Amino acid sequence: MEHHHHHDGDAGHVHAHPLQGDMADGPRRPSREELAHINGWGADLDRKNRPAILMERTPARFIHPHEGKLPQQPENVEILVSTERPGITPIFGTVQPPKGLSGMIRRLAFKWSENDMRRWLLLLAADRVNVVEGVGEDLVHGKVPNVLAEMGIKAEWEHNRAGLVKKAVLTGAVLGAAVYLMRRRPR
Amino acid sequence: MLAMNYRGPYRVRADYKPDPEIEHPGDAIVRVLRSCICGSDLHLYHGMVPDTRVGHTFGHEFVGEVVDVGRDVQTLKAGDRVLVPFNLFCGSCFFCQRELFGNCHNTNPEATAVGAIYGYSHTAGGYDGGQAEYVRVPMADVGPLPIPDDLHLDDAVLLTDAVPTGYQAAEMGDIQEGDTVVIFGAGPVGIFAAKSAWLMGAGRVIVVDEVEYRLEFVKRYAQCEVVNFREVNDMAEHIKKMTDWMGADVTIDCVGGDAAGSIAQTLTGRLMKMQAGASTVLHWAINCVRKGGNVSIVGVYGPTFNMVPMGNVLNKGLTIRANQASVKRHLPRLIEHIREGRLNPKEIITHRVPLEEVADAYHIFSSKLDNCIKTVLIPPSAREVQAVNATALH
Repeated sequence: MEHHHHHDGDAGHVHAHPLQGDMADGPRRPSREELAHINGWGADLDRKNRPAILMERTPARFIHPHEGKLPQQPENVEILVSTERPGITPIFGTVQPPKGLSGMIRRLAFKWSENDMRRWLLLLAADRVNVVEGVGEDLVHGKVPNVLAEMGIKAEWEHNRAGLVKKAVLTGAVLGAAVYLMRRRPR
Repeated sequence: MLAMNYRGPYRVRADYKPDPEIEHPGDAIVRVLRSCICGSDLHLYHGMVPDTRVGHTFGHEFVGEVVDVGRDVQTLKAGDRVLVPFNLFCGSCFFCQRELFGNCHNTNPEATAVGAIYGYSHTAGGYDGGQAEYVRVPMADVGPLPIPDDLHLDDAVLLTDAVPTGYQAAEMGDIQEGDTVVIFGAGPVGIFAAKSAWLMGAGRVIVVDEVEYRLEFVKRYAQCEVVNFREVNDMAEHIKKMTDWMGADVTIDCVGGDAAGSIAQTLTGRLMKMQAGASTVLHWAINCVRKGGNVSIVGVYGPTFNMVPMGNVLNKGLTIRANQASVKRHLPRLIEHIREGRLNPKEIITHRVPLEEVADAYHIFSSKLDNCIKTVLIPPSAREVQAVNATALH
């Protein structure tokens, strides 16, 4: 698609714009014959075959909804509830209820709506505190967590040995430098 | 029972915890036969999802056998094999009645910004997931689908999320015959989005990623073109050049907040958490699509905010569609595609790992070692069942 033109008043000088084009017809579309080798091509070209068209569809298909009001799940553990949906839902998860310092932070976070950054930042902070609590819990139960195994060091050794060695050398160098600097300071 | 146990960012292990119990008359307890690690599990694994509590069991892609049901359950009984959509939904609320099963209002008390998802933090409802021997499955008459006899368990487990999410991603792109579709991400969802784009009559399908073995895989598996973004100077300019300087008709984000490709985005989104994940792919999707084009988003971002070129959305007249896949509504059609040989999901499984080795499985998947595309975890009790009844298990 090469295109040359002259500007008036700039006689004799030619600007070349090899990529300029009017694009009136848009890009070329491959023909059905050209696409025939693609497995399944066009099977859902007809919108009737696309299950999520329209985005919303009533009544819902493929499910067996409960008749009448959903029974309420009993609340046997502490559940934190969004301020944007007051009250407990009929069904909810009960695993890992809030506890300890991280639980206190989570309870505080849930005082704000989901629209408020403080809620999410506090929850992320609680998550980090919870990690330290998790190590503490392990130790209380007489278990020293094998952090390297939990991070998949066996797989790293099997599939990325050079990378592991590099990381170990770098970590050693940084730790060595830190120890050296800390020892120097008292002088 | 044995279950995956989250201990902190990049730290998981297999541990024993109490078996789940019936807590609501609509519950079932399912013995897990297969569970997958999903790309979105990596957002949890990397510590990016707020309210991910230590001790949580991840896993929202699983199939299994019903071992117990609550008193209200009518359609399932012990011994039934089911595939369980990753969305946990009631079937009755305003949203479920509109087939927005991923947006249920009755199963997640902790947030309205997201529906309930198995094993996906307390922000998604606080339910343990299926990377375990047993799992509590609420609203058992509504969510799970009995697995047809002719459907392989490996295909069934991929129908719980990866296949329908990829399919809905393409569907939300509203693809017209001959359209050029650019898909960001060559992970399982991106792979199935590419396959689905062809089903919907695309004229060109281009998949973008940085991991060469994944690009090679999707090029062969989905018969598409590929671009390694590490090898191009500027993504928008490159896609424009590939499309006669128009831009793609449809762009699809199958990556989310863990995206690479921009130092500034990685720094602010992934390391400093100043935005809800790196918005690199959102940026590319908006700037690579043509004027009047469609942007479809299934990549997962956090609940706060991301920096995106919103002015370009307005000025180019773009349509953006996004949602968690409404899995259940897609299943009948997707099973037809599998039966007809148009889709063969199980071919993307590269790793089968005992649940006991879950820490290594996560590391391999997260660090993209050993040419990993999709990992399936097999619990010890499922292996015993397999040994006794290998043929029935396929």
